[in-house]
Amino acid sequence: MFPRPFHYHRAGSLKEAAAMLQQLGPEAKLLAGGQSLIPLMKLRFASPPHLVDLNFVPGAAYVKQEGAGLRIGALTSHAEIEDSPAAAAIPILHDCAAGIADVQIRNRGTIGGSVAEADPSGDWAPVLLTLGAEVRCLGPKGERSVPISKFFLDAYTSALGHDELISEIVVKSPPKGSGGAYLAFKRSAPVYASASAAARLVMEDGVCRDAAIVLGAVGLTPVQATEAEAVLRNNQVTAKTLEAAAEAARAAADPQPDMRGSAEYKRQLVAALVKRALEVALKRARGEKVELGHIYA
Amino acid sequence: MPEQEQLVAIRVKVNGKEHKLQVEPRLLLVELLRENLDLTGTHVGCDTSYCGACTVLLNGKAVKSCTVLAVHADGGEVLTVEGLAKNGELHPIQKAFGESYGLQCGYCTPGLLISTYQLLQRNSNPSEKDIRKAIAGNTCRCTGYQNVFKAIKAAAKGA
Repeated sequence: MFPRPFHYHRAGSLKEAAAMLQQLGPEAKLLAGGQSLIPLMKLRFASPPHLVDLNFVPGAAYVKQEGAGLRIGALTSHAEIEDSPAAAAIPILHDCAAGIADVQIRNRGTIGGSVAEADPSGDWAPVLLTLGAEVRCLGPKGERSVPISKFFLDAYTSALGHDELISEIVVKSPPKGSGGAYLAFKRSAPVYASASAAARLVMEDGVCRDAAIVLGAVGLTPVQATEAEAVLRNNQVTAKTLEAAAEAARAAADPQPDMRGSAEYKRQLVAALVKRALEVALKRARGEKVELGHIYA
Repeated sequence: MPEQEQLVAIRVKVNGKEHKLQVEPRLLLVELLRENLDLTGTHVGCDTSYCGACTVLLNGKAVKSCTVLAVHADGGEVLTVEGLAKNGELHPIQKAFGESYGLQCGYCTPGLLISTYQLLQRNSNPSEKDIRKAIAGNTCRCTGYQNVFKAIKAAAKGA
């Protein structure tokens, strides 16, 4: 299968790419790792007349520890994050990066591309939401920073203007006593998750001071399970509160029935994933090292 | 839609041999290999970046060549299954797959060989879990995975 013909524009820098987007108009698309866009173009779900290729932009793939956080270049591949010692300091980042699709796709796909696509099944969105990440955007008017909570507007629709691109993602280092975990349930490695859950807890003297729970693939955008968070906040994390949080998350999910399962099945999945993710997050908040892999049906 | 066909000049080293080509931007890497360079060892299976039959190394990293544009190989190096054997002698990974019956119909084999090559370059003594992770992107529709595991273990010992 071939994509429809398109005009190819190779950007030498992110700034040049933004200028190209402005000049080419709203039908032009950016090409990062291409692991979603190229299949979409081959299947003719997308036929952009112009592609601005970011693959030859130097210096846009990095994970840097800086001050109180991490800066991740938009063109950093999932595999580079998986292997990054700096990213390993925040285990939920490793959970996500190491679990996306398969080795080949992780070698090409980028964090910036994944976030910009705003696919409801994307893995990064729920994780970055629990971390309160910032999305640095670059456009003809210069740079701006968008909190990730304001970034996803609808399925495949983000706060990015047509002439803007993501330059980097900034993640604050979680406070002391924090633990996070991300779990996706998939039918096999290369497919999208049937449902996923990201959880983060901030513990202090056995009490949960803050909680973030975000669900993936069960709504048009990532679903923040605010009632589940409220169950845990300023409470002890016990078998009972975990169960109550998982139930609240089940109610918050708004899944569509499809080939991956019925809506009821996915809600059930969400409850189980949230419970497991919270259990691991709690262990990590206590300083335990827990390895977490995605679950296959 | 472009009225005139755009051609992009690329230089790419495939299995050690330098090529200079003019390609349409929409040309996929797998088609460049198979149609332009006659390297038909790399197979097209699903053509939707699922099955991994088209796996090649691009600049040392395994990729699904049905989901990479040929222009992305510009200035780079590609290793395909044809580049594994040296001087008429099969690569130890190829020998191990043969000796362990790590293939049935053989359609997925070029991709599995390249994924194994990447795995063993990074980890000469992979665990069962490491192997599982390394070939998660390669589908064998004969479902002969047990012997593939045996072959990879044997190749790791021989390497």
